[in-house]
Amino acid sequence: MNNATRQEIEARTIKFLSEEFEVDPAAITPDAPLKETLALDSLDYVDLVVVIEENFGFKVNAEDFMRLVTFKDFYDHIEARTTAQV
Amino acid sequence: MNGQRVVITGTGIWSCLGRDLAEVADALRKGRSGIVFDQERKDMGFRSALTGHVPMPELKDRLNRRQRIGMAQQVHYAYEATEQAMRQAGIDTAWCERNETGIIFGNDSSALAVMESVDTIRAKKDTTLLGSGAIFQGMNCTVTMNLSTVFKLKGINFTISGACASGSHAIGIGYLLIKQGLQERVICGGAQEVNPFAFGSFDGISAFSTRESDPAGASRPFDKDRDGLVPSGGAATLVIESLESARARGATILAEITGYGFSSNGAHISDPDLDGQVRALNMALRMAGIPAERVDYINAHATGTPIGDRIEAQALHTVFGQRRPFVSSTKSMTGHECWMAGASEVVYSLLMLQNDFMAPNLNLQAPDADSAKLNLLRETRNEKFDTFLSNSFGFGGTNSTLIIQRFQDK
Repeated sequence: MNNATRQEIEARTIKFLSEEFEVDPAAITPDAPLKETLALDSLDYVDLVVVIEENFGFKVNAEDFMRLVTFKDFYDHIEARTTAQV
Repeated sequence: MNGQRVVITGTGIWSCLGRDLAEVADALRKGRSGIVFDQERKDMGFRSALTGHVPMPELKDRLNRRQRIGMAQQVHYAYEATEQAMRQAGIDTAWCERNETGIIFGNDSSALAVMESVDTIRAKKDTTLLGSGAIFQGMNCTVTMNLSTVFKLKGINFTISGACASGSHAIGIGYLLIKQGLQERVICGGAQEVNPFAFGSFDGISAFSTRESDPAGASRPFDKDRDGLVPSGGAATLVIESLESARARGATILAEITGYGFSSNGAHISDPDLDGQVRALNMALRMAGIPAERVDYINAHATGTPIGDRIEAQALHTVFGQRRPFVSSTKSMTGHECWMAGASEVVYSLLMLQNDFMAPNLNLQAPDADSAKLNLLRETRNEKFDTFLSNSFGFGGTNSTLIIQRFQDK
């Protein structure tokens, strides 16, 4: 999904995260905390890596997640990675 | 061998004969086959594309994502069967969290889950991308690992892998633990995945019937024209407990387990053995403390392979001789439910005991010389009976016999 606009990244992310982790898409707002909103436990981070790879074609490392507190952080990270791939 | 009396207070079933006890009882009484032709297997190069048709449960509204993600195909079946059995026994998750309850299931593969993992590793060359569920789906103990978590079970917790006797041994070991006073209550059962990967290697040794033009007529235990088994699966569950526990809870007692016989042939890896089977049968009778003539009905292991049915017929004739209890193999309807069969056939026989009938051995047009010595049921027999015996034999020469009797308050 190279060259995706910020809007496309957000829409796509909300869709696959709400489907994978079975949460209300409306709960996924830029300032909401990623871990709590998706109710992630240690195993769920593995599945988060899988769905990101499936949707954007790159792998997020465990240490990257330490910095991704809110969904805005998450979108920023994806935007940076997808732009870097161009 | 004295000890606690062990009773059955709950049963559940998910199989090619139906998705609950009522559907399955109806199919058994009517002699309805659950066997179909599966084009996918033919396209994959199977010798035989015959299989039991087992629907996939829909659990999304009942279990959360974390509960489902580690569940292999057969665990979905087992969840359904166990939920039914617990409901019939009058126990639920909250109750089990406060009252020690164990779980022992028979299961001897999780091929689909393992295949999917291997495919992903080969394609991605990155194990993280297997996701978090792969490990819990791929282990043989996937059923007990998942259900103990879902139902908050706090007693004994493991899986028995004893080939096609797995489900029977699971009930037998649960029975012994309760009899010895080590457990008050154990959820026992068997589960079998139903997909081509689970059965490819079995098909490869020419064990399956190739009567593809007649799926309902393909599984023909004891018939002289039998040409192999038909694979099937699903799950069956029993809640078993000490009589004391059942009484204290005010549970309805469905029947009593009175005998478990086991043996190993110590011989060929796939050929059955007369002596091994006879030893298991006699051990079960000794443990039950009943003479052979007390057995009214036998649900035979008979899978429809030429050698297997012949040796079992000889074993039954050796032990029962002229007493000739009624015999049928419900595999004539279900196909061979493999790891699950020992548990499902107890559930099937228990449905017969509760509803006063004995299911027919379908497709029995003419028995071979050994089978002709048995009192085989070609049609449904409507008759009340008190005692049944269930045989299960597996590769590696593992044999299991269970004896179950109508409960008598003595």
